[in-house]
Amino acid sequence: MRLEIKDLRVFYGKIEAIKGISVVVNQGEIVTLIGANGAGKTTTLKTISGLRPVTSGSVTFDGQDISKMQPHDRVALGISQAPEGRGIFPGMSVLENLEIGKYFRKDRRHEMKEDLEKVYHLFPRLKERAFQAGGTLSGGEQQMLAIGRALMARPKVLLLDEPSMGLAPMMIANIFKIITEINTELGTTILLVEQNAQQALQRAHRAYVMETGKIVKEAKASDLLNDPDVRAAYLGTGADAH
Amino acid sequence: MINLRDAGSKFWDRLNPIQRRVFVLASIAFLLVVPYLNEFGPTSFLNTPIASFRDALVYPIGMFVLMALGLNIVVGKSGLLDLGYVAFFAIGAYTGAILSTTTSLNMWEILPIGIALAMLSGVILGLPTLRLRGDYLAIVTLGFGEITRIVVLNSKFTGGTNGVPNIPPPPKVGPIVFDIMNPQNYYYLVVVMILLTIWMIRRLTIRRPGRAWEAIRQDEDVAMLMGVPTLKYKLWSFTIGAAVGGAAGVVFASKVMVIAPGMFDFQVSILILACVVFGGIGNIWGVVLGATLLAYIPERIRFLTESRQLVFGLVLVIMMNFRPDGLLPRKKREKIKDKNKEIK
Repeated sequence: MRLEIKDLRVFYGKIEAIKGISVVVNQGEIVTLIGANGAGKTTTLKTISGLRPVTSGSVTFDGQDISKMQPHDRVALGISQAPEGRGIFPGMSVLENLEIGKYFRKDRRHEMKEDLEKVYHLFPRLKERAFQAGGTLSGGEQQMLAIGRALMARPKVLLLDEPSMGLAPMMIANIFKIITEINTELGTTILLVEQNAQQALQRAHRAYVMETGKIVKEAKASDLLNDPDVRAAYLGTGADAH
Repeated sequence: MINLRDAGSKFWDRLNPIQRRVFVLASIAFLLVVPYLNEFGPTSFLNTPIASFRDALVYPIGMFVLMALGLNIVVGKSGLLDLGYVAFFAIGAYTGAILSTTTSLNMWEILPIGIALAMLSGVILGLPTLRLRGDYLAIVTLGFGEITRIVVLNSKFTGGTNGVPNIPPPPKVGPIVFDIMNPQNYYYLVVVMILLTIWMIRRLTIRRPGRAWEAIRQDEDVAMLMGVPTLKYKLWSFTIGAAVGGAAGVVFASKVMVIAPGMFDFQVSILILACVVFGGIGNIWGVVLGATLLAYIPERIRFLTESRQLVFGLVLVIMMNFRPDGLLPRKKREKIKDKNKEIK
């Protein structure tokens, strides 16, 4: 598995949201993309999943150019996303939400049970709530459901868009712990978009810093944790360095 | 407000298999005697004062129910706002009218052709436009409805403003004769079509297409991320809806015997949409009830002459105030309960 973005440019009408970025995600890694609001992180993930068209540049998966492929074909290749704001289907039960995650697999019957067990093992709370409507879950539970649902497709690479958004600190720590587990136990490669740079950099192997549509820094996550610029801009502890 | 939808499903759950069979048979018996209710003392108040009751049962009531069910697949199941649904009805009706007056084909043979043409036009309209969302789709479909009417109005082969006269009724099936003297037989035909449509919708809803439509309706972007081929399923819901409209059109043409462009104006699309919303978007029984009432009430109060539409509008406004989700709203989580049973 190797996901590679090269010189990617994406426009919303006349506005250039992504101004030629290159990102590589290798097998088994957790790679994080950090940056402030409006930096283009979510657009990057949407483009990888095929919700936004590519203006120029390329997205390749295992050497195959997927930038013109339909979104559902990308899921079939092994790219799953837990979208920003979780995107739970509020009127469906937790179980139905999970089942939808396996939609593209027609031979799903025999896999379904196994994968449900896998998700319930990671998130026991979802099992308790299996027959409850998705819309009635708490924010943290919805985030678990969004991640679990994305895992149902047996992804090779899991795209997570701000899993910490709007959650209590305890829940954030819990979610990030599970993200690490998914990476180590299931061997799933993860591309993590975050504003919570502290948590993201602690969990990731490598990191990219994005600002207004460009990648401004690329390094090992642990190095960025100690990088004075990053600390000043995203970690909030370097204020007195000025 | 009591939830009639839940009361209905609770009632059904409590019945044992024998009681259910009796209930279904009683319902069928009721549907059979409906055309004669206006002659029977206690129910004679149902009679429509100006139009013949049996004719009113076919058009508008039966046709509205059928079309509302078809539109419900598009608007209710997959959440696509179609403001030009009348176009498919018109395509079915004109196919029936033109083929039955110019060729030797009878209505039964034309019916599949009418359905096929309506579906084809659904694909032609849907392929480019279903990439649009919400308001944009509504405007394009509205345009399609108007374009269809104007093309029909200005073409030679459709008879222009005069429409198509002398459409032959369908040939008899066994002892059942279809002619002006026996409008109740058209009613039975429409009831059969309605039941077939309901059966088809229910089959589709519990399978993959139903899941896909539900996901698309709730959040189209996320449906894409889950690997649902959204365009394909939106196109399917559009064409299946069109097929029902086309079928209704073919039967309608052979019933009324003369069709003209004025019968297929924008108002019909809006009325059918009103039936769906009034009854309860997405719920089959709600849509059936809504369409029945919205088609029947204007006929029943026809003696009010000019103020008829005013009273009708008032009824709509008051009803939507009391039940904003429709008479029988969609039950939010239908299958969850059944799954629970399976596990136990």
